[in-house]
Amino acid sequence: MSFLTPAAEGLRGLGRASLFLLTILATIPGALLRPRLIVQQIYSVGNLSLIIIIISGSFIGMVLALQGYRTLVNFGAASSLGVLVALSIVRELGPVVTGLLFAGRAGTALAAEIGLMKATDQLAGMEMMAVDPIKRVIAPRFIAGLIAMPLLVSIFSMMAIGVAGGHAIGVELLGVDDGSYWSQINQAMHGGDICDMLIKASVFGLAISWIAVYQGYHAAPTSEGVSRATTSTVVVSSLAILALDFVLTAFMFR
Amino acid sequence: MQSRSLELLVGFFVSLGIAAVFVLTFRVASLDSVGDSGSSYKITAKFENTGSLARGASVKLSGVRIGRVRDIGIDPETFQAVVTMEIDGSRNNIPGDSNLKILTSGLLGEQYIGLEPGGDPEPLKNGSEIAFTQSALVLENLIGQFLTSFTQKEPSAAKKSEEPAEPKADRKIDGPGTAPAK
Amino acid sequence: MNTVISDTLVRVRSLRFAFGPRVIYDGIDIDIMRGKVTAILGPSGTGKTTLLRLIGGQWKPDAGSIEFDGINVHQQSRSELFELRKRMGLLFQSGALLTDLTVFENVAFPLREHTRFPESMIRDLVLMKLEAVGLRGAADLYPGQISGGMGRRVALARAIALEPDMIMYDEPFTGQDPISMGVLIRLIQGLNQSLGLTSVIVTHDVEDVLKIADYVYVVSGGKVLDHGSPDQIRNSKSALVRQFLNGEADGPVSFHYKSATTYEQDLMAGRA
Ligand SMILES: Nc1ncnc2c1ncn2[C@@H]1O[C@H](COP(=O)(O)OP(=O)(O)O)[C@@H](O)[C@H]1O
Ligand SMILES: [Mg+2]
Repeated sequence: MSFLTPAAEGLRGLGRASLFLLTILATIPGALLRPRLIVQQIYSVGNLSLIIIIISGSFIGMVLALQGYRTLVNFGAASSLGVLVALSIVRELGPVVTGLLFAGRAGTALAAEIGLMKATDQLAGMEMMAVDPIKRVIAPRFIAGLIAMPLLVSIFSMMAIGVAGGHAIGVELLGVDDGSYWSQINQAMHGGDICDMLIKASVFGLAISWIAVYQGYHAAPTSEGVSRATTSTVVVSSLAILALDFVLTAFMFR
Repeated sequence: MQSRSLELLVGFFVSLGIAAVFVLTFRVASLDSVGDSGSSYKITAKFENTGSLARGASVKLSGVRIGRVRDIGIDPETFQAVVTMEIDGSRNNIPGDSNLKILTSGLLGEQYIGLEPGGDPEPLKNGSEIAFTQSALVLENLIGQFLTSFTQKEPSAAKKSEEPAEPKADRKIDGPGTAPAK
Repeated sequence: MNTVISDTLVRVRSLRFAFGPRVIYDGIDIDIMRGKVTAILGPSGTGKTTLLRLIGGQWKPDAGSIEFDGINVHQQSRSELFELRKRMGLLFQSGALLTDLTVFENVAFPLREHTRFPESMIRDLVLMKLEAVGLRGAADLYPGQISGGMGRRVALARAIALEPDMIMYDEPFTGQDPISMGVLIRLIQGLNQSLGLTSVIVTHDVEDVLKIADYVYVVSGGKVLDHGSPDQIRNSKSALVRQFLNGEADGPVSFHYKSATTYEQDLMAGRA
């Protein structure tokens, strides 16, 4: 009986989170009528994550190019460097790394902000003013997260493959031919790969936004509760991203 | 006002993201490398075996890409693979009796189709079918062939056959990669 | 002014409410009269804030009923409840201002959410309400830049923006200096007289509230100890009420939070 309790608690949490998601989804049509609120939130989850995404994307592309070159050059296949970088980024690293960074940068901010609003009675105050906090506060943040993630993943991948990452190291530094860098990528990849990347990005975006607003909204209304919600957001989102990545990759392999 | 600059910044972010999606689809997946159907034409060819040839693979003439594979299907009667290729419209003087080979770029590379021009003055055009094709080399079949030819010559030494067979098989696989269509 | 209950706006009947094992209300009856100032007095921690949240429909009672203008608050759908809440304002103890909006935008918030007034009209209304609480000059400040007492006055301006039928004040006098206290008292009285606004003031601050209240309830330990006009309360026969009014630590009401063990037991336990 007693050892069942944590499992039962976990199930209860999952159930509550699912009901919470349904509540959010039900308010989305109404929330879409207030695009200004969504734009504001896209700024705080998207624009403010831009710098970290651009820098991380560039560095990861550069590291991949350096490491890949060392291996490929042994096989006389250095011209395939672009393929190696592009495939790793588009299929895995782009969505996963962006997701982890997004959880750390935007997810925690969301959870802390909502948790603090709860702790300082701002959400209860809204309810007493007959304003639904789910529709007014939660839904715009959730929608903004859904919109921002695919865009951030695309920017990350573009930086990593083309602009500053793999291309800068491979072509400018290591002297891989610019034409074969791109043509090899072209041969190995299809529109479907980009599509899969965007699917992964959207699924991760949904998971992170959901987890963050849930943790914030259900935080204990104390400073400790808010800090715990912030930590849980990172931990749970990261695990969710990695697990979902496995499931999605398995599906996409078919 | 403040909300205007906010909207501007968000607009910048969203357009950067959308631009990134376009760069990725066009540059990486290169939907633009062979122009649209207006400036290209389609030809087909039947192969005994297409190996790991995939949609989107290149069609090369003397190592230069002139088109790509659009579709791979099966002929319902002969059970041969039917490969549909889209050829760049500017390559409109390729002899009709050219032949096609499925080749491999490098040791680890993708498979592509190499086109060796023939001598027919009649050029390929939309809907043409190329009659002369050579299938992809399949490793297992090659080894199998060697084993049978070897055992036929020297039925007593079947066990030893593995050693000489392997390097020979390797060379054959290597061949198309190092010496593409001439 | 005396206690002829002619018209009841809020009717609380045999209300029972508990946080887990801790019973906050054990069957209380309260009537709040339309257009009057009703004070609810009680030591802190008795559940005065809880009562306001129950009336506002944020929490559900375990038993009993709360009616607002004849409508049972806890048997409404979410949207019906929201319609009901537009008719009542609750002034939170903490102010509960939205910290990412300016003072001006905070007061404009309910107007923007619930009306389609043109911007110029919203501006006029907001400045009017801010002027009433003496904070028009603070319109462009953020809640983080004003004091707690000022914050509560902004919250009052926000609560009256939609011109509700009733306002519930949770400890409105805490953190006010004598001048703004006087302003606040006159404001509550003024709203009450000019607009016929029903006011519920929850406080442990006895003297000031007895000056403006028409009717007073004293609650403690989950029960209503006494109720009546301020004069009746001042002369209450209940020892508990007298102890509360005079602020004595020892008496029927314990200054100490209820404990399962005695002080001595706890001290000895530490030594074991
Ligand atoms: N969310 C809660 N969960 C559990 N107990 C609570 C909660 N809120 C308040 N309490 C308890 O209920 C009692 C009444 O609280 P409250 O209504 O805030 O008192 P006050 O009369 O000072 O406004 C307090 O003693 C507190 O311990
Ligand atoms: Mg209180």
